[in-house]
Amino acid sequence: MARTAEVDDTASLRARHWWVPYALLAPGALWLIVFFVVPLFSMGRLSLEDGGLANYANVISDNSTVIVRTFVYAGLATIIALAIGYPLAYVIALKGGRFKTLLLALVVVPFFVTYLVRTLAWRILLLEDGPVVGAARTLGILGDDQAIVGSPFAVVLALAYNFLPFMVLPIYVSLEKIDVRLLDAASDLYSTPWRAFRKITLLLSLPGVFAGTLLTFIPAAGDFVNAELLGSERTVMIGNVIEANFGKEFFRPELSALSFMLMAIILVGVIVYARLLGTEELV
Amino acid sequence: MTAVVDRPEAVPAAGPEGPDEPGGPRPSAPPSRQWANKLGGFALWAWAIAGLIFILAPILVTILFSFNNPAGRYNYTWNEFSLDAWTNPFRYPDLADALSLSLRVAAVVTVISTVLGTLMGLALVKYRFRAKGIVGGILILPLTMPEVVLGFSLLTLFVTVNWTRGFVTIIIAQVMFSISYVAVTVRARVRGFDWRLEEAAADLGAGPWRTFVRITLPIIGPGVVAAALLTFALSLDDFIITYLNSGLSETFPINVWITKRSRIPPQINVFTTTLLLVSILIAVAVLYWSHRQGRKLAAPGGGSDE
Repeated sequence: MARTAEVDDTASLRARHWWVPYALLAPGALWLIVFFVVPLFSMGRLSLEDGGLANYANVISDNSTVIVRTFVYAGLATIIALAIGYPLAYVIALKGGRFKTLLLALVVVPFFVTYLVRTLAWRILLLEDGPVVGAARTLGILGDDQAIVGSPFAVVLALAYNFLPFMVLPIYVSLEKIDVRLLDAASDLYSTPWRAFRKITLLLSLPGVFAGTLLTFIPAAGDFVNAELLGSERTVMIGNVIEANFGKEFFRPELSALSFMLMAIILVGVIVYARLLGTEELV
Repeated sequence: MTAVVDRPEAVPAAGPEGPDEPGGPRPSAPPSRQWANKLGGFALWAWAIAGLIFILAPILVTILFSFNNPAGRYNYTWNEFSLDAWTNPFRYPDLADALSLSLRVAAVVTVISTVLGTLMGLALVKYRFRAKGIVGGILILPLTMPEVVLGFSLLTLFVTVNWTRGFVTIIIAQVMFSISYVAVTVRARVRGFDWRLEEAAADLGAGPWRTFVRITLPIIGPGVVAAALLTFALSLDDFIITYLNSGLSETFPINVWITKRSRIPPQINVFTTTLLLVSILIAVAVLYWSHRQGRKLAAPGGGSDE
C-alpha cells in the first residue's frame, strides 16, 4: 500500500488536525443524512400507518404478479446486457489498441441523450412501419397481426439498452487491469486460449461483472419509463404502480410499503449475491 | 520472448475484414487451431460491433428525426425531410421553458454537488479517521437503490414536513444522488497521489493559498472537472427522482413525459441533438485539457510554460 509512507510522515500533523477530515465531510454527510437516510425512515414509518404490517401483506397479495414480473424483467434485461456488454468490454479493453478511447467514448454517448428521449427513440425503431417490425415480418418471426411495442420483449430490450453502459464500464475497468503477461504465460504453457480465458480473464473480471450486473439490475427493477413508453397493461412493473398512484400532494401507506419492499428485496439480493460471488467491491 | 512480440499492442483498423486472432498464432499450433482462433476472433469483433450498433442506433434515430416533418402530432414515423424544427426550435414555449429550467437546475446542482462531493472525496483519500467505514457506506448506499425508492422516500419527507415542491426540492433531490458520484469519482482519480508535495511546498515557503493553487488544484483539477461534467449530465438526464419531487415545475424530461399523450414534436429531437453536440465538444476539450495537465505535472519544472 502506497499509503503507509504518507501516514508515517504526517502522523504528527494528523494528531493536531484530527478534526480536518470531519470538517471536510460535514456538509456532504449532513445533506445525505437529512435527504437520504431520514427519508428512508419517514417512508418506513408511513408504510406502517393505519394497518401496520398488514399493509405489506395487502400490497404483496394485490401485486404479486407485478412483483414477480418486475424481477423477471430486470433479471432478463441484466442477462441481455451482460451478453452484449461483456464481449464489447473485452474487445475494447484487450483488442482496442489505439481505438480504445474512441470505442469507450461511443459506449457512453447515450449518456448525453436524455433517458426519456433515448427510450422514445426505441419507440420509433419498434413501432409499426419501423425498421425492426418490417425486418421481423419479412423474416417471418413476427406475424402480421402482432406488434413489438406493448410486448414484454420491447420492455426488456429497452431496459437492457438503457443500462448497458453501466454494464460495460465496470467490466472494462476490471479487464483493463489484467496483466496481459499472465495470458502470454498461459499460452507459453500450452493452454488453449479458451482455457486461459476461463482461468484468468473471466476470473479476474468477476468484480467488474458483479458491479455491472448490479448497476443494471437495480435501476431496471425500479424503472417505470420503459414499461410505460414501450409496454402495455400486460407489462406493468412495480415502478408503474408507484408512478400511477402517487399524488402530488398525498398518497396511501400501501405505496410506501411497496416502495420499501422493493428496496428490501434488492438489498437482501445484493448481500446474497455478494456472498455468492465472494466480493465486497461494488464500485 | 516470442510471446510478447506476438501480441500486438496496437491492433489495426477494427474492420470485420481484419480481426486479430486472440492470443496470436503460435508457431507450434496446428493449422486447424489457427483457423479456429481466427474464426473466434472474427466472431468476437462482429459481436462487439453489433453491440456498438445497438448502442448507437437510437442515438442516430434521435438525430435523424430532428429533420423529420411528422405527418401528425407525433414524431414517431418518418414522413419527409424538413428543417422546420431547426429553424423554429422555440415553437412550443412550455418545452423551451422546461429546457431552460433543466439547464438552470443542472448549473446549481453541479456547483453544490461538486463542492460537497469533492470535499468528501478528499477527506476519504487523504485522511484516516474513525467514521471512514460508515461514511463510505452512506456514500455507496444511494447507488444501490432504485431511483423510484430514492425519489419516493424523499417525497414522503417533503409531504410529512409540508414542504411545497418546486425548484428548491428538485435541487435537493438531485444533489442528494449526485454527491456520491462526485465523491467516488474524485476519490478514484486522486488515489495514490503523493500528498507530500503539499508539505514540500509549505517547507519551501509557500503559503496555504499558494500551495493550494500551485499543488492541490492541479492534482485534483482533472478529477473535479470530470466529476462536475458527470454531475451536469446526470442532472439533465434525471427523470424519475426529479419527477417525484418537482411539484408543478417542469424540467425538460418532465415536460416531455407530461405532454407525451398530446404531442411528440421534433423540437424535442432538436434540443436533444444540440445538447449532445455541445456535450461532445466539451468532453473532447476537457479530455485534451486534462491530458495536457497530466503532462505538465509529470514534466520537471512543469506548470511554468504559460
